[in-house]
Amino acid sequence: MDRTPPEGGRDVVVHATGLRKAYGRGRDRVPVLDGVDLTLRRGEVLALLGPNGAGKTTTVRILSTLVAPDAGRATVAGFDLVRDAARVRERISLTGQQVAIDLRQTGRENLWMMARLAHLPRRAARTRADELLEAFGLTAAAGRQVGTYSGGMRRRLDLAAGLVTRPEVMFLDEPTTGLDPRSRQAMWEVVRDVVAQGTSLFLTTQYLEEADQLADRVALIDGGRVAAAGGPAELKRQVGQVRLELELATTDDAGRVAAALGVPVPGGADARTVRVATDGTLAGVRELLAGVERTGVAPRRWDLRTPTLDDVFLALTGHAARTTTRAGTATGEQTRPAEEVAA
Amino acid sequence: MTALATDAVTLAGRGLRLVRRDVDSMITAAVLPVVILLMFTYVFGGALEVGTSYVTYATPGIILLTAGFGAAATAMAVERDMSGGMIDRLRSMPVAAGTVLVGHVVASLVKNLLTTAVVFGVAAAIGFRPTAGPLEWVGAVGVLLLFVHAITWSAVLVGVLVRSPDAASGFTFFVMFLPYVSSAFVPVDTMPTWLRGFAEHQPVTPVIETVRGLLVGGTPGAPQGDALADGALLAVVWCAALAVLFAGASTWAFARRR
Ligand SMILES: Nc1ncnc2c1ncn2[C@@H]1O[C@H](COP(=O)(O)OP(=O)(O)OP(=O)(O)O)[C@@H](O)[C@H]1O
Ligand SMILES: [Mg+2]
Repeated sequence: MDRTPPEGGRDVVVHATGLRKAYGRGRDRVPVLDGVDLTLRRGEVLALLGPNGAGKTTTVRILSTLVAPDAGRATVAGFDLVRDAARVRERISLTGQQVAIDLRQTGRENLWMMARLAHLPRRAARTRADELLEAFGLTAAAGRQVGTYSGGMRRRLDLAAGLVTRPEVMFLDEPTTGLDPRSRQAMWEVVRDVVAQGTSLFLTTQYLEEADQLADRVALIDGGRVAAAGGPAELKRQVGQVRLELELATTDDAGRVAAALGVPVPGGADARTVRVATDGTLAGVRELLAGVERTGVAPRRWDLRTPTLDDVFLALTGHAARTTTRAGTATGEQTRPAEEVAA
Repeated sequence: MTALATDAVTLAGRGLRLVRRDVDSMITAAVLPVVILLMFTYVFGGALEVGTSYVTYATPGIILLTAGFGAAATAMAVERDMSGGMIDRLRSMPVAAGTVLVGHVVASLVKNLLTTAVVFGVAAAIGFRPTAGPLEWVGAVGVLLLFVHAITWSAVLVGVLVRSPDAASGFTFFVMFLPYVSSAFVPVDTMPTWLRGFAEHQPVTPVIETVRGLLVGGTPGAPQGDALADGALLAVVWCAALAVLFAGASTWAFARRR
């Protein structure tokens, strides 16, 4: 078996250039991917970050051999995605956005079935299923039909099903969407373990925090292209830190508070909300609040906000006003990267 | 065993577990035909002139109805796979495309054998007296399996094509309708000419006539000798042709649907 030497070096496990994909026919044809370039190195975690409809799932479906790209090239685990799809399939696993387990089989039966389909011998399949149940904290529920599992348990089992063969590259499409914070934390732990055992991970997410927690590199997908890529720390530095948000009763009040804090007076639909970047420390926030107090104006509400995916988008793509829903928040200081505001 | 055979066995096992635990559709598949059998025998049977005891006449047809109910459940199971994440995961694994469909078909065959046995049991209890010897029994079961196989593949095709569980279950009406417009419950020569043309030439009629000829040969209305042989050949050809057609179409559509 000779592998195509992966472009970009031996330690590259996913290498995609110029991926294009459009859905629909004729006039209704909409481009979803418009030249996506991505690289995942062995042992690393790459997070593909983007809002609903950005093309995350489409990218994952192409890279896991489910759909062919209209144009572009990709190698996965050393093999060409189109010419050597069968070889690629032996080396990857996909855990899609939708849970892919049978509700009417037990947890153990589901894993055993997947292990058999991955061509493990019977005995080995049974052992592997039990190992995974143990590792994912599902041993007690192993003999119950999955229909009786909670959402978090289903997600964990789904993830386990993707690990029956210790794949070279694992694709995870929004693994924690819909989970509560505790289940999400638990999921992250599990994912870290998997990566520690040598699997390279291609992850998609809508949450900056998730990318931050898990990824070595983050690629921001927008308008069918990778708008920005880099380490999570790097990206966050570009977005700014925690910010203080104050909602005032009137625009006059907002003007006074903004002047006292030395930030531009807000305008537009959001004119009664003042936002100011902080360093996130207690002293820093106290000082800002003291500044507000000295104006004699009482805010209706105040809040500390960490940067969200929206903020990253606003900061890094600069076209947040493109959609009408974002136009409101795009006015005033928020159109500029927060660093500038903080300065 | 080759990888393909192993996968097929694994997925057939899955199909059987899913079928066994789908209690609702299991009940529908076994109980509804029994209810219909009792209804036809005791409610309508007295008024229908078929030349023999009505239960003797109608049982082969009820067996075919049973297959129809089973097929509707198969359509829904395949639809569930297509719209859920399962198919995506299987496609990303080194599992031959379409093996999962074979799994559903095997499960359907086994399930139909069981529900058919239940219906036979009830029929026997209310007076169905087959005259068949061992060979005829084997032949009848064989023809029934061929029929179930063909109708199951048509259900699989429906499951692959439709985009909602409702559409998949709507299939029930179609397959339930077919045996009614055949010689299943009344001899076709009692029908108006325009309907008789369809009833005589649709695949369900030779299947029913063959099963009837094999199980209760010698009773009025049951074909014998050359008529039985011709009918059996026709039934086998119909079932084989439909199976090839629907299996081919299913695999083709399965590979294309994304
Ligand atoms: N099979 C398809 N047919 C037509 N359009 C499709 C198909 N699959 C995806 N699309 C469209 O492509 C766009 C991108 O979809 P995709 O599922 O890749 O987004 P996503 O980033 O995964 O979003 P989400 O966060 O909601 O999962 C969407 O506008 C979607 O409607
Ligand atoms: Mg998606």
